Order: sequence, then C-alpha cells, then structure tokens
Amino acid sequence: MSRVRAALTPYALIFPGGVWLAIFFVVPTVVMLSLSLQSGNVADGFVFTWNWQSYVDGLTNYHDQIIRSLVYGLAATVIQIIIGFPVAYWIAFKGGRHKSIYLFLLLLPFLVSFVLRTISWQFLLSDNGMLLGPLKNIGLLPDDFRILATPYAVIGGLAYNFLPFMVLPMYVALERIDPRVLEAANDLYAGKFQTFLRVVLPLSLPGVFAGVLMTFVPASSDYVNASVLGGTSTTMIGNVIQNQYLVTQDYPTASALSFTLMALLLLGIFAYAKALGTEDVLEVAAR
Amino acid sequence: MKIFRGRGLQIYTWLVIAWLVVPIAVMVLFGFNDTKGRYNTAFQGFTLKWYGKLFEIGDLTEALVNSLLIAVLTMVIAGVLGSLIGLALGRYRFRGAGAMNVMMFAAISCAEIVMGASLLSLFVTLAVPLGFWTIVISHVMFSISFVAITVRARVMTLDASLEEAARDLGAGTWTTFRLVTLPMIFPGVMAGSMLAFALSIDDFVITNFNSGGTVTFPLWIWGATRVGIPPQVNVMGTLIFAVGLLIAVGNAVVARRRR
Repeated sequence: MSRVRAALTPYALIFPGGVWLAIFFVVPTVVMLSLSLQSGNVADGFVFTWNWQSYVDGLTNYHDQIIRSLVYGLAATVIQIIIGFPVAYWIAFKGGRHKSIYLFLLLLPFLVSFVLRTISWQFLLSDNGMLLGPLKNIGLLPDDFRILATPYAVIGGLAYNFLPFMVLPMYVALERIDPRVLEAANDLYAGKFQTFLRVVLPLSLPGVFAGVLMTFVPASSDYVNASVLGGTSTTMIGNVIQNQYLVTQDYPTASALSFTLMALLLLGIFAYAKALGTEDVLEVAAR
Repeated sequence: MKIFRGRGLQIYTWLVIAWLVVPIAVMVLFGFNDTKGRYNTAFQGFTLKWYGKLFEIGDLTEALVNSLLIAVLTMVIAGVLGSLIGLALGRYRFRGAGAMNVMMFAAISCAEIVMGASLLSLFVTLAVPLGFWTIVISHVMFSISFVAITVRARVMTLDASLEEAARDLGAGTWTTFRLVTLPMIFPGVMAGSMLAFALSIDDFVITNFNSGGTVTFPLWIWGATRVGIPPQVNVMGTLIFAVGLLIAVGNAVVARRRR
C-alpha cells in the first residue's frame, strides 16, 4: 500500500500545476486552431466550417508584415550577438570577483516595466527631444532628420529590450570553459587569436544558440516597439494580430495569423535545433 | 587580439551597461521634473511635488493597485503550484516527467502574443467574461514553469538521505515534508515566487489580450502614450525600481553573510 502511495506521490505533486498548464496553455492552442477555421462575426457568432479562407486572406493581406517581422527579429538578434558577445566574454574572463555585480547591472532594466522602458526611448529619440534637439540646433543634423518611425528605431528598440536574454546564456557558456583548456591551447603554441577562434568561440556556441532562441522569438513577435517607436511603414505581424483580436474582433483571421506565426516560429526552432544538435540548445535554453 | 585584453573591453562593457541604464535614468529624472502642464517633455527644474501628488490620478492609482493585487495572487498560486512541480521533477523519477518538461519548455519559449491570443480564443469561445480573474489565470499560467525550474534546480542539489533519516527516526510523510524538505527547498521557493511576482507586475502582452475592462499599471501607461505620460507614472516606475533594487541588494548581502 505504502509503495503504491510512494509511486503516486510525484503525480499528486504535478497534478494541480499540470492541469493549470493543460487547460490554460495547451487547450487554448487547439481552440485557437479551431477558431481560425470558423466563419461568422462577433454579432452572430462563429461556426466551425473548415474555413481555410482566413489563412489565404491573412497571408495575402499581411505577408509584408510577416516578412518584416522576421527581418526585424533577425536584425535585432544579429545586433545583439555583436553587441553582447564582447560583454559576456569580458565578464566571464575578466570580471574577477565582481562578476555577479556586472550581471546584476545587465539585469537592471528588468526592474522597470517593459512598456515604460520603450516609452522612455520614444521620449529620448523624439524629433526635437533631448538627443536630436541639441544636434539640430547646432546644425549637425538637418531639421527634418528623424529616428522615430523608421525601421532603425524599431530594430534598435528590439535589440535594447531583449539584450540581457542574449548576454546571459552566452555568459553561462563562456564561464563554463575550463581555464586548463586555454592553458593547453597555449602550451600547444596557439596564439591568443588562434585560441579564441579555435577554442573559446566553438565552446561558446551553445550559449549563442540559446541566446538566439531566447531573443528571436520575442523580438519577431513583438508589437510594443513597433507601436511606440515605429510608424505606419514599420508595422509588424504582432501589431496586426493585436489589432485584429482587440479592435476589429475578426477572430478567425486573427487566430489564423497567430497560428501562422506560431507555426513559423516552431518550424524555425525545430530546424535550428536540428541543425545545431537539439540537446545543447534545449539544455542551455532550459536554464 | 589586442582589444580582448586590458581596458578596451572593460570600457566597452561599461558603455553597454550605460546604454541599458539610460532609459531608466531618464524615467527617474523626469519624476523630479517641475513641469507646468500635464505633459512631461522638457526638464524645467527640480521638484518633489509629484511624490506628494502620487495618488492624485484616480484611475492610475487603481491600475497600480490592480497590478499589485494580481502580482501577489500570482506569486502565491504560481509559487505553490510551480514548487510542487519542481519538487516532483527534482526528487522523483516517474513516467510523464519528460512530457511535463516538454510542456514547460513550450510554455517558456512560446511567443507571448501567441499565448495571449490563444488564451483569449478560449475565453471568447466559452464566453468567459474578461477582467481581473482572467488576468490572474493568465499570469499564473506563464509563471508556473519559471517557478518549477527554479525549485527543481534547488531540489537537485539537496541530499535525499536527510529525508530518509527523518523517516527512519519515525517522522511521517507530512512531518518530514514540513520539518525537513520544506526548510531545505525554501530558498528556491522564495526565489521562484519572487520571479513570478516580477513577471506578473511587468507583463503587458498577455494582459493586453485578456484584461477586458480591467486596467493594470503597464496597460494604463500604454493607454496614455498617445496623450502624454504624466510625471506620476515616472514616480511610480521609480519607486517600483527602488523596491526591486533594495530586495535584490538585500538578498545579495544576506547571501554573502551566510558564506
């Protein structure tokens, strides 16, 4: 009897949380798929009709936004790798006793609401604001120069907002490198550059992969940066989905687009994990 | 690779940190701005008056109270449910553990907008009225996995023989849990719960989809972007930042003393 009870204990422990996740995370995904195949409107209700038209309409009307989202997400991710890698490298190898302080400073932005941080940038970058105003006054920039409402502002905002998610996994991977491996490289007559290229860089890759996973997904599906820092020519698929769900209330089209986005991201993650070896990516990402 | 040595990289790291901190500094600074109108655009002198008038905008205060209530509820519910999962995954080997891990990984890596949209699809289909409780449901949903992972990491570092010893000494299951297991995993439970609080109070996207007419702090700010952000928002942001900073620094100090 007691052995049976012991065997049931883990199930009893995961039951309430597992049910919560199943009902409010897994089931909704299925419901969303079903909703995307329904037809009707808010007033008269929706009926399931295998209505694939929503997908056709969504892709015809909004393929620009879908492609733009993937491009912006990719651009932000590449910028984050370039900006973040030297930082992760320096903290991991030269941070000394103060490593945790530097990491803490990198995480400071998370103590301020995401929306508020983005609005702060809107304020800083505004056409005659704190940064551009003075530069225009002394004639360094033409009067009609602007950053807001350009792709640069949106990509910059995305890179800014998700940078810590890129630096942290890279740091974890770099920090784990055994100093003796570097000494070995040195003993085998590898110069600094050779050591970096052939030892440090390959060993840091799992961290970079995990970082890409953790930044590309939120960046390419974001709509806050495009709304606050962008203009009409920089709308992303997130903006369309948000608008369709909450303003137009065209649920079939909205859920078809949302499902398409999910499928694209999942496809990307799987292709990516397959190409790079699933174990490493998932293991580091789960940290 | 000269730049990978010496001061160059250190200066670079500080520049990146400065870049990360700039918008926070601007937020704090403009909470002290003696602006004449409702709009907070140019710095016009130092004042503390907004700290005195902090709760003068009724619906903003209400939004902040909503955010705090939701965050506390999320912290408690996700804290308990997530800790139980973390305990099960860290301590026991059982069929289904893999599936649980996959579900949690999916919940963590899923795009927020997709989670928000699909949950709204469920609520719309079942005609569930949106509001305070649908926000709580959604916040618990996305926080559980983070709590579970934090607690699991803690449980895995513990020695299971201590619990066996307790049982050998005649302690029942519940007594063992209360007097041995819980105190040992408590730091992990606390860390996970605080993470849930932080995730909840900052969440915008999923809340935006499932809030109905209920307004939280981030939603209020979002609504005010078009008309201008009043200085009270900066002050509230500053205070939340300061409290977070105090807790983090306090934690670090306590952890250092223990060593």
